[in-house]
Amino acid sequence: MSSGSLPLAAGELPDSFFQERTSDTLPCQATNESFFCFDWARENLDIYGTPTVQHLKLVLLAVLVGFAVAFSLALFAHRRRWLQPPLLAATGVLYTIPSIAFFFLLLPLTGRGVDTAVIALAAFNLQIIYRNTIVGLANVPASVTDAARGMGQTSRQTLWRVEIPLALPEIIAGLRIATVSTVAIASLATLAGGGGLGRPIFQYGIDFKTNILLAGGIMVAIAIVFDMLLLVAQRAMTPWLRAARA
Amino acid sequence: MIASLPQLPLASIQGAVEFIFEPQPSNVTGGALVGGLDQTVELALTQLEVTALALLLSLVVALPLGLYFGHRGTGELLAVGLGNAGRAIPELALIAFMAAWIGVGVGNLTIALAVLGVPPILTNTFVGIRQVERAPVEAARGMGMTELAVLLRVELPLAVPTIMSGVRLAAIAIIGTATIAPLAGVLTLGDYIINRNVYGDDGVLAGAIVVALMALALEFVLALVQRRLTSKGLKLSPA
Repeated sequence: MSSGSLPLAAGELPDSFFQERTSDTLPCQATNESFFCFDWARENLDIYGTPTVQHLKLVLLAVLVGFAVAFSLALFAHRRRWLQPPLLAATGVLYTIPSIAFFFLLLPLTGRGVDTAVIALAAFNLQIIYRNTIVGLANVPASVTDAARGMGQTSRQTLWRVEIPLALPEIIAGLRIATVSTVAIASLATLAGGGGLGRPIFQYGIDFKTNILLAGGIMVAIAIVFDMLLLVAQRAMTPWLRAARA
Repeated sequence: MIASLPQLPLASIQGAVEFIFEPQPSNVTGGALVGGLDQTVELALTQLEVTALALLLSLVVALPLGLYFGHRGTGELLAVGLGNAGRAIPELALIAFMAAWIGVGVGNLTIALAVLGVPPILTNTFVGIRQVERAPVEAARGMGMTELAVLLRVELPLAVPTIMSGVRLAAIAIIGTATIAPLAGVLTLGDYIINRNVYGDDGVLAGAIVVALMALALEFVLALVQRRLTSKGLKLSPA
């Protein structure tokens, strides 16, 4: 890797990408008096395209990897109760280590880049998804699983046809928390060379509020959209809940 | 990426550990010595200081509100909604914007970090108080306790585990985000991480190692505090 002077990965975006824009719009940035510079925002909204796409990619990959690992662990530990406390502790350690530190702990192993950012964000996610899945499965009433067994279902059939569907609201609730948190924390991924919407904030620094509000606003919007999509998915996947309420 | 064959992790870790304890010559500052135990301890203490201040401020704001709303059973939308919204705040944008808006320095940084700490403490306090069973609460009222006594001597002790898990969530968020405090003009261990050109890869890894250890230590201490407070609360609740 080329050691640039900025902590941003070289080659992620062309170096001229932001500099050209900055010089164009210097008056608005230099005064730093306005809370939000609409003219600049209107003219420069397109520079957030690439960081937004990078951000979406980071979040989707991290949540997918986190879900795959955490869900598998939870299913494995579901019928092996002795495994649950150590797994909770292990995922708790990964949750507690701040993502920004995690990015750089991985540096000697995976270098800078999207991979490193995705691994750190997925590690952060594990506990939220793991715990909600375990709790959701544990909350399925014993009478229901007994009935399923009584009807001749194997343990595996009971798990996939009865327990997991009934645990879906809690599983997806965990997924929503994980996704929203990941959108926010991915703002730091740029330090690990992962790009995303944190990059323009580092690029312009704290002297340009319009940029901070735009980048931050896009991140919040992404979080809200993902949250809504998961809520809709949950509703669609659990039609019996609506039937029960009606 | 191909050009950068990953170093042997062992060598990197050794370099980072040396950086923590012994000052090393910097690449850019003309070989001036950077890092070492004195600087590491100073940065770590600053990070712990702003973390403690911000956590304290979050508690002062969120705990009374959570207790009040939880006891009254009102304001669920505010208490729970704020907790959900709080998760969506991008740390980097928050610190950068607060620094631009209210200024840099320890006081302003404390306020910015407390913004992250308030939602989980408020939500968990509210939920913890609401989850207390009604029977002991009614019993306490029947014994002639004032509303304040019901809240502080019955509901609060029973809600301690839930409240403390909110405090731990807040502490983790705050100490992690305090790493990027150099953006707001306060030098914490994030200085090692963000200014890679000064401290080099050893410094970056050293910063990450110390931040991770500090966060784990804080979580461990708060878990002990929770245990201490809970047992005391359980002793109090039959009173």
